[in-house]
Amino acid sequence: MNNKLKIKISVRNLNIYYGKFLAIKNITLDIPERSITAVIGPSGCGKSTFLRALNRMNELLPDVKTEGEVSIDGRNIYSPDVDLVKLRRNVGMVFQRPNPFPKSIFENVAFGLRIQGIRDRERIEETVELSLRRAALWDEVKDKLYKSALELSGGQQQRLCIARALAVQPQVILMDEPASALDPIATLRIEDLMRELKEEYTIVIVTHNMQQAARVSDFTAFFLTDEDRAGMLIEYGNTSDIFTMPKDPRTEGYITGRYG
Amino acid sequence: MRFKEKIYLSLTALATLIIIGLLSYIIFDILKNGIGVITWEFLSQPPREGMTKGGIFPAIYGTLVRTLLMLVFVVPIGVFTAIYLNEYGRGSNFSKWIRLAINNLASVPSIVFGLFGMGFFVLFLRLGAGLLSAALTIGILTLPIVVVSTEEALRAVPNSYREAGFALGATKWQVIRSIVLPQALPGILTGAILSVGRGMGEVAPLLFTGVAYYLPYLPSSIFDQFMDLGYHIYIMTTQSFNIELTRPIQYGTALVLLMLTLSFNIIAIFIRYRMRRKRS
Repeated sequence: MNNKLKIKISVRNLNIYYGKFLAIKNITLDIPERSITAVIGPSGCGKSTFLRALNRMNELLPDVKTEGEVSIDGRNIYSPDVDLVKLRRNVGMVFQRPNPFPKSIFENVAFGLRIQGIRDRERIEETVELSLRRAALWDEVKDKLYKSALELSGGQQQRLCIARALAVQPQVILMDEPASALDPIATLRIEDLMRELKEEYTIVIVTHNMQQAARVSDFTAFFLTDEDRAGMLIEYGNTSDIFTMPKDPRTEGYITGRYG
Repeated sequence: MRFKEKIYLSLTALATLIIIGLLSYIIFDILKNGIGVITWEFLSQPPREGMTKGGIFPAIYGTLVRTLLMLVFVVPIGVFTAIYLNEYGRGSNFSKWIRLAINNLASVPSIVFGLFGMGFFVLFLRLGAGLLSAALTIGILTLPIVVVSTEEALRAVPNSYREAGFALGATKWQVIRSIVLPQALPGILTGAILSVGRGMGEVAPLLFTGVAYYLPYLPSSIFDQFMDLGYHIYIMTTQSFNIELTRPIQYGTALVLLMLTLSFNIIAIFIRYRMRRKRS
């Protein structure tokens, strides 16, 4: 891997248990700043669990235990003095199905600011516009900001969710199969957007779609389950290397479609 | 096989018809005998001449006030309990026990609530027999309705909304307050209205907690005794010195009570219907 890149997220010996079941096993990898890192692998290999470990969303489920270390900018986010609210502002998340709140378009994007107690109308309006512009949605919604977000198409809703995440000014954006519920054109728009966003943000994306990983990401991590169904990292490197000359035969098997 | 099918169809249809028939008969009977009694005077005047003439205004007033008072206690406690069960204590043993307790509460005979209300609110807490004690007693009886319907409403809010909120750095209470509760509001309202409909018609819990046979004045504080529609029907049919003479009043009172509870239920159905349409 390219050593000149600055490391943003550093994962060391990460184990995650659901109750007694080991869901991901001993993951160690470094995610570089201002780049797109894709996590690929078959269903149930712990991709989403891994992603949700990066903003501690796994903790919303009962009985989840996390071992190991995840450092963002050199700080372990699992150390006891970490403020979860601050962490999640810094690490935004976009989900598999677009999940805008049943509020207006404006209020969706403003939500993150409002819960921070920001009341300054002008500042909120500015941030909402900027975030919608960055998410490449402004031109489509600028005349109907106060209409319900649920009236938008699926692709627009997903870009709205991205705008909503951008509004709280994160440095990292986690995307959990962000295009799996969208049609091909909406998918391409999301991918274009990701390429633009990586100039400023560190993006980690989980995807089922290998072509998508190949098209959009700079680095790819391939996960697979072992005989106990625990997800583990098989291979990690430059996307072009993973897809053209994988080192591990299991990676090659997966990307050439032999299983998964 | 065809024949068997027909038998089951007839059986189920018959059962349904019996229910509809009974309900229509009750409503028709009360309407037929009660509608002529209902005048402005009947609704706005107190009883006169040993309760053989005049109106039922104090009973309407007492019923409405004690029911509203009940709402004031039941809605916050019920809603917060449901929030705890569904949002904070989900899956914990503690909430399992609370849920069990609430389900059991719903199956306690209402006269037992009356006795409890007398022992606890009237005597132990020294609230005396009056509107407040009665409202609290009825409140315990209707609490399960509010808790269960609020829980249902909270459960219907997709988890993805909560996740989105948390991922934006919202605290648990912020997620509940600004995402979950607004979504659940119609369901919570429905529960509150159903509890009103239920609480309004209850008589047994009032017997020892503040209802009065007859009062020459309206209650002026929440510690005063009060008259009540359901209880009024009961005494007019059992305690009146001339049951035949007061029969029209009995029917009229029953009709008023029926209309009140029915209208609350219709409001609840309407809200639920609008909520469903909004969702789809």
